[in-house]
Amino acid sequence: MTDPVLSVRDLTVAVDTQAGPKPLVSDLSFALHRGETLCIAGESGSGKSITSLAVMGLLPTGVNVASGAITLDGQELTKLPERRMRDIRGARIAMIFQEPMTSLNPVLTIGTQLAEAIRTHDPKADAKKQALDALRAVRLSQPERRMGQYPHELSGGMRQRVMIAMALALKPDVLIADEPTTALDVTVQREVLDLLRDLQRDTGTAIILITHDMGVVAEMADRVIVMQSGRMVETAPVAQIFDTPAQPYTRALLAAVPRMGDGGGAAPITADPIAQLQDVQVSYDIHGGLLGRTTHRVHAVEHVSFDILAGETFSLVGESGCGKSTIARAITGLVPHEGQITVAGHSVPHDGLSAGPGLRRDVQMVFQDPAAALNPRKKVGELVAEPLVIHRIGTASERRAHVRDLFNRVGLSADQIDRYPHEFSGGQRQRICIARALALQPKLIIADESVSALDVSVQARVLELLAELKAEFGISYLFISHDMAVVENISDRIAVMYLGQIVEMGTRAQIFGNPQHPYTRRLIESVPVPDPAFIRAPSPRMATEVPSPVWAVGSGPARVVLTDAGGGHLVAEAAATDDAAVS
Amino acid sequence: MAAYLIRRLIQSALILLGVSVITFLLLYILPADPVRQIAGRSATPEVVENIRRQLGLDQPVWVQYGNYLWGLLHGDMGRSYLQRSEVASLIAARLPATLQLMLGAIIAELVIGLTLGVVAALNRGKPLDTSLMVASFAAVSAPQFVVALLLLYVFAVKLGWFPIGGYGTFSHLVLPSITMGIMGAGWYSRMMRSSMLDVLRADYIRTARAKGLGRMRVILRHALPNAILPVIAMIGMDIGIFMGGVVVVESVFGWPGIGQLAWQAIQRVDIPIIMGVTITSAVAIVLGNLLADLITPFIDPRIKLR
Repeated sequence: MTDPVLSVRDLTVAVDTQAGPKPLVSDLSFALHRGETLCIAGESGSGKSITSLAVMGLLPTGVNVASGAITLDGQELTKLPERRMRDIRGARIAMIFQEPMTSLNPVLTIGTQLAEAIRTHDPKADAKKQALDALRAVRLSQPERRMGQYPHELSGGMRQRVMIAMALALKPDVLIADEPTTALDVTVQREVLDLLRDLQRDTGTAIILITHDMGVVAEMADRVIVMQSGRMVETAPVAQIFDTPAQPYTRALLAAVPRMGDGGGAAPITADPIAQLQDVQVSYDIHGGLLGRTTHRVHAVEHVSFDILAGETFSLVGESGCGKSTIARAITGLVPHEGQITVAGHSVPHDGLSAGPGLRRDVQMVFQDPAAALNPRKKVGELVAEPLVIHRIGTASERRAHVRDLFNRVGLSADQIDRYPHEFSGGQRQRICIARALALQPKLIIADESVSALDVSVQARVLELLAELKAEFGISYLFISHDMAVVENISDRIAVMYLGQIVEMGTRAQIFGNPQHPYTRRLIESVPVPDPAFIRAPSPRMATEVPSPVWAVGSGPARVVLTDAGGGHLVAEAAATDDAAVS
Repeated sequence: MAAYLIRRLIQSALILLGVSVITFLLLYILPADPVRQIAGRSATPEVVENIRRQLGLDQPVWVQYGNYLWGLLHGDMGRSYLQRSEVASLIAARLPATLQLMLGAIIAELVIGLTLGVVAALNRGKPLDTSLMVASFAAVSAPQFVVALLLLYVFAVKLGWFPIGGYGTFSHLVLPSITMGIMGAGWYSRMMRSSMLDVLRADYIRTARAKGLGRMRVILRHALPNAILPVIAMIGMDIGIFMGGVVVVESVFGWPGIGQLAWQAIQRVDIPIIMGVTITSAVAIVLGNLLADLITPFIDPRIKLR
């Protein structure tokens, strides 16, 4: 076997604290060979990102390599002075980051940022031409035009392509990709993963792929390192990790991964609807011109109709900007809408302002980011009691008792009610949000990407809790998610949204067992499968962009017509959604 | 862009109209009687009434205002009660000096404030940072006449580097500009420091470093243009603050600008001059803010004016 291009030996990275250095990564060793993809998998706090920053020499202040060695082609990096390390960064080891939306400088053009990377390491290069070549290599549409554009003019997927172009422009030996597709939609993730694989085949770059997604691991990795709390738990070729995981932690991690096809058939629910949406439309005006008149409209939700039955989990799936969260806001009466929405007997007012206490009591929401959804200056007990206070339910002592019950019910200890949100982990915070949503005994809980920000093992337990609560209290859920595997696991019925309209709707078995609409199929096929033996049918390499939902006043998207494909399985005619909007 | 500009100009005109109404009414209800000032203490009631009639001050307030506005629209700001000269030409003669002073002050506050802010941010938590922030606090809190006298004492009297007062050359401009800009410099150094610290934490700074760029290039090319954005919007407002400052600073340094003119007019209840200076200041403030807003899209491509 040839020498590894990068090797890490007994690496320990520690953060300075008042109580002395605290290790974030301990005794990590691995070797990376040319053309190889090494996946570092683990949940938050496992030290996988710190490892990559250590290799780049970009550790934040206060975090240092305590011991061990990082060697690139025989050259020790940890002791290298910053001046020499700079020559390696970007040229020989390049990195792409998780957040394409914020990883590019907003005030510089794409061309400037690309050319700068090239010129820094090769002052004589024809940087502009090389930059253009790099944009072509990542299959970005209209590369000449992109050069002069600013990051905000590009979508997330396009920006991640630019990041990849920037990283690979100088043909580095090692590419570190830190959760490169986590912030992207599933179809865009598919395109970016395909691209990385193609580019690696062409250039022979060794890739360290850091991810929490075992599906991505199965598709991309040659070898896998599983990390937990800064330590390597297990390392093995990818097939071995999935087939015969040696360590209990690896087994637990794999068991927690939601898989498609696990859902099983549930008895169809027959009950009265708890929520009814009839021809709901939501649009936002864009003003312009001399008098500030409305010139364009964002058609966020178009002619959407569906019922949520009592005791049912109804899921809305679709990619960012498809209008699924807007529907949630319309149902809660937080955004003006047209059409009819009725929830638990309350008609939702159209103005998005005057929803009465009855509606507010019967519909509760659980949001994506529990850290942002809890006021950091209030005790968690107060936060959970707040809905009761607002609706003037019970005395102070009754409320306190009720809050303690709720804490017990969501799997937290009642002793914790006097603590503050920052003292809890992400999963615990989401349980607090669920307790708060339960406080008023709502009939419908809207869970908007409620488990998306959680680690898989935590996610699995929160999903379990949601299922138990549904059985216990007969609550209905409107579950909004981009994660097809999670949706399949918990939903009774599903609506697939694209550009503000429902393109397919049916039971779980209908949608996942017999997807009819091309967009539904593409969504399902794009999901990475956590099985290295799975062979994906070759798909066209594309860089598609979802068309804009912005239309000039007086025009609008063609209305999608749903027809029954049997047993209440509604499918749109495919052609209607292919029209690109003009803005 | 054109539509934006036209809309903003119409808004500006409405603001100026509002300013003129409010100022006019305030001066009208003022207990000091300008006619008494002009006529002097020993004047007979007939003389007083005569002057009042001559100046048109016996008419109802809305007629007075209507006449004033009509004149204003024709570029006529009336005549000074006491000097009998055209207010417009009095202001025109003094405006260049004041504009010079304001420009000097803007440059002083930006150069001092932004530099110190960046230096403080790059030395965060170190003694240099702490001392700079204490200094900026002192700069923000110090009254202008104290700063003026201190600067005069040190740099004009003791060191003799700059003239004690007067107008004409660049060296005359230095101390008044710094006096007027020092408060803004204090604010800007604090704003710039926190803005810079925010930007240095941003993902794109990490990207820039991951490209292998040198420290100076990361700071100057990537951090600075982003950190400066919130500051730009503030410059427009400074002109308003300066308008208050010119009265003090011009008096202390004997600077022949509209601040002095206003000061004398206030003492003598010379209402046409007070009106004229107020309207001129309002125009400067409105235009300054408009200019700051028009510049922003050139620095931040995400901002579109429409």
